[in-house]
Amino acid sequence: MVNAKINGIPVQVAEGTTILEAARKVNVRIPTLCYNDDLPPWAACGICIVKVEKNPKMLRACCTPIEEGMSVITHDPEIVQVRKTVIELILSTHPDDCLQCPRNGSCELQTLAAEFGVREQPFEKRLRDLPIDASTGSLILNPDKCVRCGRCVLVCQQMQNVWAIEFLGRGESTRIAPAADVKLAEGPCIKCGQCSAHCPVGAIYENDQTKEVWDALMKGGDDAKTCVVQIAPAVRVALGEEFGLEPGAVITKKIYAALRRLGFDRVFDTNFSADLTIMEEGTEFVKRFTDYAAGKDKGMLPLITSCCPAWVDYMEKYYDDMIPNFSTAKSPQQMMGAMIKTFWAEQAKVDPKKIYSVSIMPCTAKKWECGRNDDMWSSGEKDVDVVLTTRELARMIKQAGIDLVNLPEEEADSPLGPYTGAGTIFGTTGGVMEAALRSAYYLVTKEDLKDVNFTGVRGISGIKEARIHIKGIEVRVAVAHQMGNIAAVLEEVRKAKAEGKDVPWHFIEVMACRGGCIGGGGQPYGATDEVRQKRMAGLYTDDEKSTLRCSHHNPAIQYAYKEFLGEPNGHKAHELLHTSYKKLELYK
Amino acid sequence: MAVAQIEFSKELQSFVETWKDKPGNLIMILHRVQQEFSYIPREAAERLSRDLSMPLAKIYGVITFYHYFKTTKPGKYRMSICLGTACYLKGGQGLVDEAESILGIKGHEVTEDGLFSIDAVRCVGCCGLAPVLMVGDEVYGKLTKDQVPEIIAKYKSLG
Repeated sequence: MVNAKINGIPVQVAEGTTILEAARKVNVRIPTLCYNDDLPPWAACGICIVKVEKNPKMLRACCTPIEEGMSVITHDPEIVQVRKTVIELILSTHPDDCLQCPRNGSCELQTLAAEFGVREQPFEKRLRDLPIDASTGSLILNPDKCVRCGRCVLVCQQMQNVWAIEFLGRGESTRIAPAADVKLAEGPCIKCGQCSAHCPVGAIYENDQTKEVWDALMKGGDDAKTCVVQIAPAVRVALGEEFGLEPGAVITKKIYAALRRLGFDRVFDTNFSADLTIMEEGTEFVKRFTDYAAGKDKGMLPLITSCCPAWVDYMEKYYDDMIPNFSTAKSPQQMMGAMIKTFWAEQAKVDPKKIYSVSIMPCTAKKWECGRNDDMWSSGEKDVDVVLTTRELARMIKQAGIDLVNLPEEEADSPLGPYTGAGTIFGTTGGVMEAALRSAYYLVTKEDLKDVNFTGVRGISGIKEARIHIKGIEVRVAVAHQMGNIAAVLEEVRKAKAEGKDVPWHFIEVMACRGGCIGGGGQPYGATDEVRQKRMAGLYTDDEKSTLRCSHHNPAIQYAYKEFLGEPNGHKAHELLHTSYKKLELYK
Repeated sequence: MAVAQIEFSKELQSFVETWKDKPGNLIMILHRVQQEFSYIPREAAERLSRDLSMPLAKIYGVITFYHYFKTTKPGKYRMSICLGTACYLKGGQGLVDEAESILGIKGHEVTEDGLFSIDAVRCVGCCGLAPVLMVGDEVYGKLTKDQVPEIIAKYKSLG
């Protein structure tokens, strides 16, 4: 342990603790801009400078370990003035259009400028006038707003191992861009949006499509469409944060009510189609596993989950040799889209051409997924017309003057609303695996599990492994989240295959974002591991409170198969609920 | 990759092979590539990305960090005009302005006939000769700007 003083307050911390962390421990807040809890300190901005007694230099608190006997001063007039000057210098290269900026009200630079009482622009304004990149349809890169804090680059390269962006140039002309200055859509970007979730300013943000949705909702006369909406599992435990609730607060039924007030004609729940995904993917797993256990076709395992579109994109670019191992089941979003414009349209006697299908997702990649390939038009129409992120929905609710927190609760619409606890945990890392195992066990043994909790696959740890026994056969599973953690798992699979050995795992779940969808790129800003774990806990509470906790028990699912789909993995299910994959080039 | 495979000379291939697994190899290899092509074509960077198992973004981070590396093909005669401290004080900028005005190009542009391009560079290591202009590997020192037309004319006549 190290004993030191911060502003005269004694502090005892473990060796290696930075001055910034030590200060937090004694409730001293040192301002930061480039620093982020998810990332190693980068020391780019210099706002966190502090003085240390007997040291003539000012030191950066984010990257300086506190030492035995150190006496740190975090705030005095000179320090505050230096920090203010740094902010003014950053502002001298930053556009002044705060009122029109997508980050107005959530911008970390704006907050700092306000806190430091910046009232003047003492430095000559030097804007760069670089082009905006909107090529992905999911994310907008506006390099003019960039403060070169480096968070997005670190996230993209170190957390996600995608390498879609890099610092190009040097010094004053440094900019964030893809290699060779290609457009984002022409490079390795997987649209996970973690850059946008970590950007402190309006330099990378989601493609806001709320206007399109407002237009559809407000349209009257012959052009009017029946507006149908679905909400993803992870939205219900995070949206509340935008309205002052704690992370993890489960407000599903208030969201249903708010969606109706926004003008949606039907409110469905992606949790229903998560249950449907389990039926399809679980059946697929059982089929492959049975063949494998019988010694036939060992190459079909491991089965790898495919609900995460950013992961699908990554796999097609970086691991196309795994295509045969990829579940052909569509994601819950796309299954719901297909069911809305076929099954529901048929039941409600609505022309699919007259349906406008919106989904609310924690994810920016979902915006891309709804047009990924021809399979996303399986109803004959575009199955999901437009995707909004949690942040965009929050904006719409605020614009509509809806008091979300105090809204009376409502139910989702049938027949695509009811869900089980297995559907709801899809929104967290480990959840798809746990839900699949609950049903796979039943599909193999025709018996239900006594205890449906698979705690081994839960939690924030980057790679999780578990073994379960089904009818005396051991099933080995692995769960990985945060794209940078995937290689360790898949390289082992590649190695085993190359050496002709038995595969290390039979079933692998992958989610691109840290914590799974609850930590998605379209979720409210400010996710830390603490926030992620609270959101996770919210989903597990929702699961525990559910009377039905296995997808195959969902009566709405049973009804859909009986009345419409036939058998899981059957002909109709294949037509509507499955897709295919192909190798993609990293650079077009 | 969508971009066609670029040909590397045997020497370059064996150079890449030798340096492949050594730490700090990228800059060495980029130097060698630029020597072969006079700049770093995108196809060459993509090939290196594959050969070295290194993300293209990382390679471009390095290429664009150093002024020395070029991503566009320079002129046949690459004029490097020094703007290091000594040369700058002795009128280096005047040489740049003069050359740009004679050739009608700016920044990283190349003359239409493909003969000339201009790079403003930092210190070429012979401050005693300031201000210095180099054409390829030829050094011209202690220049005044009225000597620039003569130098350009000399290379123009070589074609």
